[in-house]
Amino acid sequence: MIKQVRIALRNCGRINPESIEEYINARGYEALILSLFEKKPEDVIKIITDSGLRGRGGGGFPTGLKWAAAAKEKSDEKFVICNADEGDPGAFMDRAVLEGDPFSVLEAMTIAGYCIGANKGIIYIRAEYPLAIERLKFAIEKAEEYGFLGKNILGSNFSFDIELKYGAGAFVCGEETALIKSIEGKRGEPVVKPPYPAQKGLWGKPTIVNNVETFANICPIIINGPEWFRKIGTQKSPGTKVFALAGKINKVGLIEIPMGTTLREVIYEIGGGIKNNKEFKAVQTGGPSGGCITKENIDTPIDYDNLLAIGSMMGSGGMIVMDEDDCMVNFAKFFLEFIIDESCGKCTPCRVGNKRLHELLEQITTGKAEDNIIPRIEMLCNTIKKASLCGLGQTSPNPVLSTLRYFRDEYEEHIKDKKCRSRVCKSLLRYQIVPEKCNGCTRCARNCPVQCISGKPKEPHVINQDECIKCGVCYTHCKFDAIIVS
Amino acid sequence: MARVTINDISVEVFKDSTILDAAREVDVYIPTLCHLDLESFNIEHRTGSCRVCMVEVEQNGKSRMMPACCTPIQEGMIIRTNTPEIIQIRRIVLELLLSDHPFDCLVCSKSLDCELQALAKQFGIEHLTYKGEMSLYPPDLSSRAINRNLDKCIMCRRCETACNDIQTVKVLTGYKRGFMSVVAPAEMKPLNDTNCVFCGQCVNVCPTGALTEINYIKKVWQAINDPTKKVIVQTAPAVRVGIGEEFNLTEEEAATGKLVAGLRRLGFDAVFDTNFTADLTILEEAHELVERLKKKENLPLLTSCCPGWVNFLEYQFPDLIHIPSTCKSPQQMFGAVAKTYYAEKIGIKPENLIVVSIMPCLAKKYEAARPEFIKNGIPDVDYVLTTRELAKMFKEAGINIGKLKDEDYDNPLGESTGAGVIFGVSGGVLEAALRTAYEVVTKKELKNVNFTEVRGLEGIKEATIDLDGTELRVAVTSGLGNARKILEKIRKGEANYHAIEIMACPGGCINGGGQPYIHGDTSLLEKRLKMIYTEDEKKKIRKSHENPYIQKLYKEFLGEPGSHKAHEILHTHYYKKCEK
Repeated sequence: MIKQVRIALRNCGRINPESIEEYINARGYEALILSLFEKKPEDVIKIITDSGLRGRGGGGFPTGLKWAAAAKEKSDEKFVICNADEGDPGAFMDRAVLEGDPFSVLEAMTIAGYCIGANKGIIYIRAEYPLAIERLKFAIEKAEEYGFLGKNILGSNFSFDIELKYGAGAFVCGEETALIKSIEGKRGEPVVKPPYPAQKGLWGKPTIVNNVETFANICPIIINGPEWFRKIGTQKSPGTKVFALAGKINKVGLIEIPMGTTLREVIYEIGGGIKNNKEFKAVQTGGPSGGCITKENIDTPIDYDNLLAIGSMMGSGGMIVMDEDDCMVNFAKFFLEFIIDESCGKCTPCRVGNKRLHELLEQITTGKAEDNIIPRIEMLCNTIKKASLCGLGQTSPNPVLSTLRYFRDEYEEHIKDKKCRSRVCKSLLRYQIVPEKCNGCTRCARNCPVQCISGKPKEPHVINQDECIKCGVCYTHCKFDAIIVS
Repeated sequence: MARVTINDISVEVFKDSTILDAAREVDVYIPTLCHLDLESFNIEHRTGSCRVCMVEVEQNGKSRMMPACCTPIQEGMIIRTNTPEIIQIRRIVLELLLSDHPFDCLVCSKSLDCELQALAKQFGIEHLTYKGEMSLYPPDLSSRAINRNLDKCIMCRRCETACNDIQTVKVLTGYKRGFMSVVAPAEMKPLNDTNCVFCGQCVNVCPTGALTEINYIKKVWQAINDPTKKVIVQTAPAVRVGIGEEFNLTEEEAATGKLVAGLRRLGFDAVFDTNFTADLTILEEAHELVERLKKKENLPLLTSCCPGWVNFLEYQFPDLIHIPSTCKSPQQMFGAVAKTYYAEKIGIKPENLIVVSIMPCLAKKYEAARPEFIKNGIPDVDYVLTTRELAKMFKEAGINIGKLKDEDYDNPLGESTGAGVIFGVSGGVLEAALRTAYEVVTKKELKNVNFTEVRGLEGIKEATIDLDGTELRVAVTSGLGNARKILEKIRKGEANYHAIEIMACPGGCINGGGQPYIHGDTSLLEKRLKMIYTEDEKKKIRKSHENPYIQKLYKEFLGEPGSHKAHEILHTHYYKKCEK
């Protein structure tokens, strides 16, 4: 049995999140004291770099390098930003950390401030997380009271303040440059990198932006050392990752697993297998701009590079499981809808390209697609991927590309045979009455909302295909299994 | 310096250059759309949002697509600008833009002057690959000046840079998200309900037909064709140096005589010059300045001929509305003089006299409609056309002004001095005022009329002028962002100038919101500027107070500068406009 390992979630559910004493008892603030009084900033950065910790927000950029880049810059002011703008549908890893262990994030941010020479920290948190906000506010107050935050922390001459900024829930504001624009009170839109935030970030000053889960890993690494961290996970992706398991799986919820765990272990051992013993079809990782992983890669060890290699990505940790009842074309279309809603509208490929891509998929799921549509889709995806401005745009065609890669046959069935094998794409369904089974009870005709079923009582009925809206009411009302769907 | 390779050509460029800069260095063409470089003003708009300028960049063994306009070069970059993949990607990006753009090019006012259209032609796009839903919005025709057709917005964001960064009016912002994104005032308010000053700099930089002027051509044709009306026209100084571009005139000189000839052929009953009332403005303004200097109060005197700037003051600096000169702008002085003095002289009722202005400006359309300039329902100026609209009228009437022989303005409102014509460029109003103020204050003849220290396209110019012992500290600003800097100094009491000229548009009226589009080529502005000063030098009389028709106007009608009658007809007042 695969064991979960709790690093980021170490205190969640185990201590009272509103008690700084319990946090201290759980080795809280040990890392800060160690850093402030026994180590120079560059020593702490070296520990983080040596640990191999990579950004848990999705990109997987080495955290130590990010800190070192900002530490190198000379500036009168620098900033530490905690990205708590968790926006993937169904994902709530950051929320769990902030609600269950707020002090650990504050402590890690303070250490980050010490390392890069910043005196100001900002937590950019979505306003839809009221409990997390309440606990953070409380924790900031307590930490100040105990001297872990504010002026001259524990007499070390190092000062650090943390304030909260509320995001209005725009997905793109999770992108670091858009997040910075949003804090500055501007429209949340990404800007071209370089310059990177570590050089020119908030108000043009060197800034590091790290995800909540990344910060949640910092203190244990400092306390236990980089070697300890490297022993967990894989060589290129040490440590653990929190995932939000969702979809057609028996046990949904948060899990924290060592990197390198396989998908099979996650689904069948931790997740308890597919619901109703149906057949596993695919898992979407990396949120709406991630990709799907199929049976053929179910034994791939999960880490940043392996997921990229099979056309998906780590993302912030959403994991949606699909079974045989899910239509992959429809599924790609669903994620694209999310992207269209959440695109900031700045660059052409993402603003217009994804809209057109969605319309092409719509043609497929409604049976109106031309035979040569797949190469057109691929060309458009390639443009969006390569020409979009930010990470959201560049990854937005991933669900389409990865389903095309692994389920091309399903696309072709939709296009050529006008058939959806999972019976999800309603426009492609055909309800028919089998005359031999129909005894003319008239129940279907009486319940049809568009009155397109005709026939005399006690004689077999017929569905007028031109008028049928494929609502399925006749199918559910027939007591004689006389209606078939094809 | 850093060395990079572009299409196998090695080039060394400054470290802060972009890929686009480097490519231009070696004559490699990369198409652009949202990018705009207003070189003469040191303003570069590079949001990197259209993605038309994508190039392939190989660095440290990795190859990526990057936007050329905003990617700084790094040592050793290997750049390719025309691989089949790049060309295909650019083409798809352009096709995507076209797929959300109305196809009414034939009836679009920007047709043949549209950068999107030009790019589509350059890419050889002859059919639509993508079709689908369009992002549609109702047009905004709320103002007298600016027509906003958001269906044609391609989100290049140039107008935002013009409005927010250059002019600091800050009316425009990105509105809505995703596919429905457009640039609009906050909450999609109609422009007329915002603090917009109608300078038209947004219109000047818009690459498509999303922002254009409100067009009055039809109304002017109707007036000309109305036998019961006498229709006269005035031409602003900067029009004569812009109009030639619309007819591909390559001469180095202004097209003044041809402009006059063309206007007569359109059927105007008399062709007059706003320069005449520019001279008149100088007499009044110089008088006002001398009075204020004597009393040492209400200084600095700010010029008031630019309605965009006056709007800006009324909205953003309502506490300072007492310091501008109370002189009406030359356009409004012309209207007022025409409907009183001139109408009387030729024996016509003001309601039967139609005054049309040809202006390089959009704010002038707004100004003409200000209630204080309309008496008993009769506006002093009836219709304002831009230089661009006039060019359209000429073309519609089959008049190629390039083929016409020069003609002279009519009198009595057509004679002007060199001081009048330089109103068309930043620094000109102040220079003209100095030419007269010098002689009024010192009672001596001014030998050298050229005050070169206030000339040029810089945003803020300062000078100290010796009026025979009296030192006059002056400043000249153009572009409202620069005006804001000066005004904030005045507000804090940190400015010790005696007179300041302020123009809303960077560079002055030569770069007005109604001028022929320059598409980012600021060398055209430098050409216009040169033409203005050549026009000045060609004039026999170069001081406003020596204009014989101005002298006659005072003798016959106004009395003397600053008289009661002059105040009644030539002066105005300003309003505190609270933030909308």
